[in-house]
Amino acid sequence: MGRVYRTSKIFLALILPLFYSLPSNAIDIREVKSKMGVTAWLVENQNTPVISVAFTFRSGSISDPVGKEGRASFVAAMLDQGAGDLDAESFQARLEDLSISLRFNAGIESFSGTLYTLKKNSSEAFNLLSLALTKPRFEKKTVRRVREQIIARLKSNLERPEVIASRAWYNNVFKNHAYGRPVGGSVGSLTKVSVQDLRQFVLEKLTKDKLIIGVSGSISASELSPQLDKIFGILPVFRKEKEFPKPNLLTIEKPIVIKRDVPQSTVIFGQLAVQRNHPDWYATYIMNRILGGRGFSSRLMEEIREKRGLAYGVSSWLRPFEKIGLITGNVATKNSRVNESLKIIKDEWRKAAVLGFSNKELENAKKYINGSFPLTLTSTRKIAGVLANIQYNRLGINYLTRRRFLINSVTIDHLNRVAKRILSPSLLSIVIVGEPTNLSSIEVPMKTPYGSN
Amino acid sequence: MSQATKIMHQSHHRSFLSRKYSWQVGYLVFLTLILANLFCRPINAVVFSPKHFTLPNGMQVVIVTNRNAPVVSHMVWYEVGAADEPAGQSGLAHLLEHLMFKGTKLVPNGQFSKIVARNGGIDNAFTSHDYTAFFQMVSREKLELVMKLEADRMRNLALNEKQILLERDVVLEERATRTDNSPAAQLYEAKQATLYINHPYRNPIIGWRHEIKELSSKQLLQFYNRFYVPNNAILVVSGDVSIAELRPLAKKYYGVIPRGPKIIRKRLREPPHNAPRRVTLVSARAGQSQLTRTYIAPSYRTAQGIEAYALEILADILGGGTRSRLFRKLVINASIAASVMAYYDPNAYDFGEFNIFVSPRSGASLETLELAVNQEIQFILEQGVTKEEVKRSVRALVTSAVFARDSVSAAPNIIGRALTTGQTIADIEAWPERLQKVKVKDVLDAAKKVLRSRNSVTSILKSSKDG
Repeated sequence: MGRVYRTSKIFLALILPLFYSLPSNAIDIREVKSKMGVTAWLVENQNTPVISVAFTFRSGSISDPVGKEGRASFVAAMLDQGAGDLDAESFQARLEDLSISLRFNAGIESFSGTLYTLKKNSSEAFNLLSLALTKPRFEKKTVRRVREQIIARLKSNLERPEVIASRAWYNNVFKNHAYGRPVGGSVGSLTKVSVQDLRQFVLEKLTKDKLIIGVSGSISASELSPQLDKIFGILPVFRKEKEFPKPNLLTIEKPIVIKRDVPQSTVIFGQLAVQRNHPDWYATYIMNRILGGRGFSSRLMEEIREKRGLAYGVSSWLRPFEKIGLITGNVATKNSRVNESLKIIKDEWRKAAVLGFSNKELENAKKYINGSFPLTLTSTRKIAGVLANIQYNRLGINYLTRRRFLINSVTIDHLNRVAKRILSPSLLSIVIVGEPTNLSSIEVPMKTPYGSN
Repeated sequence: MSQATKIMHQSHHRSFLSRKYSWQVGYLVFLTLILANLFCRPINAVVFSPKHFTLPNGMQVVIVTNRNAPVVSHMVWYEVGAADEPAGQSGLAHLLEHLMFKGTKLVPNGQFSKIVARNGGIDNAFTSHDYTAFFQMVSREKLELVMKLEADRMRNLALNEKQILLERDVVLEERATRTDNSPAAQLYEAKQATLYINHPYRNPIIGWRHEIKELSSKQLLQFYNRFYVPNNAILVVSGDVSIAELRPLAKKYYGVIPRGPKIIRKRLREPPHNAPRRVTLVSARAGQSQLTRTYIAPSYRTAQGIEAYALEILADILGGGTRSRLFRKLVINASIAASVMAYYDPNAYDFGEFNIFVSPRSGASLETLELAVNQEIQFILEQGVTKEEVKRSVRALVTSAVFARDSVSAAPNIIGRALTTGQTIADIEAWPERLQKVKVKDVLDAAKKVLRSRNSVTSILKSSKDG
């Protein structure tokens, strides 16, 4: 899993669960406000003596200084490497001895973390989390070690076709915009990140005004409230974030080919869609489900894998940023048949835009989207994550009860209107990594700024 | 979790192949690795409280009730995998797993997954050397539907030539994605084929490309008819359902399928190993250089006494986290490794594998690293481990069991894997207890038995860009 790649996919996966629906009475979300004004959403569940916390700050790699890409990811890798009186080894030893899982992760517009602990160790777990957020040590030798670890992993990831393709795709469609820069940075940029840069991120970005918290497990509201103050209470209250302009999404006119000596080409494709808060969001979500959504029911899967055996997997997904929304997808096909796969994808794009979808397809998609939602709430970890994401997307505490209605109210006319407006084969930007044959394209010998060397 | 364990190099982990895959679920791969880390061990029955019975046709049924969500996980595990394929037909078990979705008289034309989806469910399947498993996750009121569908395809698969040819192409593309496009995966394949001299674990689960291309409908049907029978299958259900609700459904759908001939697992045996082996792959696409040492070890089933449990503890002490010896010596003190890891996988029918993985920090060579690893192994073989180390490892391992109860899907995966690799529910129950029995001497004895160079392959991935 590429770090950058992984980050973006996690971002995606965190968003996806929100589109499912839930029997309205299945989950009771409580808003808990602490004395110091920290707010969390809680789903209490006493079945298992464990507690999960998921939190997100509305900030991320987008604010990495130019030339220091990867700073936010670097911070994420450093926060559990020593804090307060505990050096890296002691901090890690404490986590391991108490079986506490504490992880941080940077996205483009999010910096999030998860804490997973036994109830009996929760006091110490909260204490360690608080230290990590407010008193990270960033000792020189630890920074040096972790930097090398990140770079080692990055080097391997930068050889993976899907990572190469994804980086080149974003870099080319978001030229001159922060969205085009990789979350994980490059070997060169990571080398330039200083301890001061790491500290600055913690000071400026981990503030209460940007904070979102979801909690689930064996803890009551009255137990949680003082803990919220203990963990997050002393974070700085406010820090204004720099506003980024709405990006201008460029179209890659002819597919970019990045040559690699591999038998199978990896293809990324995508174009403009809508943002999360757009009135057409739910129609677009259903459209993607039918066209290329996960599983075996999509049109792309039917045409490319089931009917022709061209690929093991093909799928598309929505990628909503704060300022813009995309629909992107991928497929991996043997070099000699890339052309054929691309033609089918474009044909399906065109067909959906021109002919639209059937009532039956719409009904089946709704049934899946609504019916499978409870599957995303089968552990405290998953529930805490969903709570954080509903807040991240500003959907309101009653979202889970409204969701089925939001999905069901999409009509076939609305769906087909949206497909017609959004889907345009000529706007599909395509990047291919491999050695495709019989393809008309520009060849780029991988010298983009965030390339592998 | 330590940096070391965060860097779980996917292609090195003996695992399974699943039918569906896309990069959109790169996240799922990541999650699976975390889960594998956390839940790869059998968990005490006191945690899951499994109940079980056997149908008159020999099909075992296990149920774990979990009321966390109105959801059930429904799995059927067949006690057959890639290591049961006839010689020269590698990839047969996995291709058949794919084809199981193609159709029966009742549910033709690849409708299986579509029916599950429009009933709000997800479904998939996976194949290992020892088992083939099919699962659906659905809301509780859809349990009967998926039982009906799954029981139907146990005996009523209807394949045509065209479907087989197309799916063979799909599997060849899957092989390209997983293996042929990845130097690390190619090295892993070479390493496994070297580690086992004769036993079929030497063949990749997905199969060798030239053999996949030759797989025929006749071979597939023979394999299907022989192994896809109730007396070779285990139903594992978990979630919002009781045994009283499940029993009549199991009887109605699975109980009516006739028993097949008795199956005895018999595989080619491994001769003694007399020479340590090395495989090296140098590639421009290798990325970071790395070294893996793999020792053939006993599995839970073939281990004597509590040695498998002692090996789990040994792996943890050697390279399980930031307190481990390799991490402290190589990463912290000597500053020559970027990451280290030791892990032992006893969940297999015939052999477990004990692995040590290291990747160098800049400026350090693989040779230096290998020397340091060898010294650490030698030190353990001479001095053993300490009481304190054993105590700490046992506590951490036993505690990890509690977390497994939090999830609906952990229980059926752990139980299915254990039962298809020769363990019993009693074994699963006894896991924490057996770990707690392990003494310092047991760890030393297990280390002496397994960490012998002639049992091992050292595999090295080198980037040609490193010069």
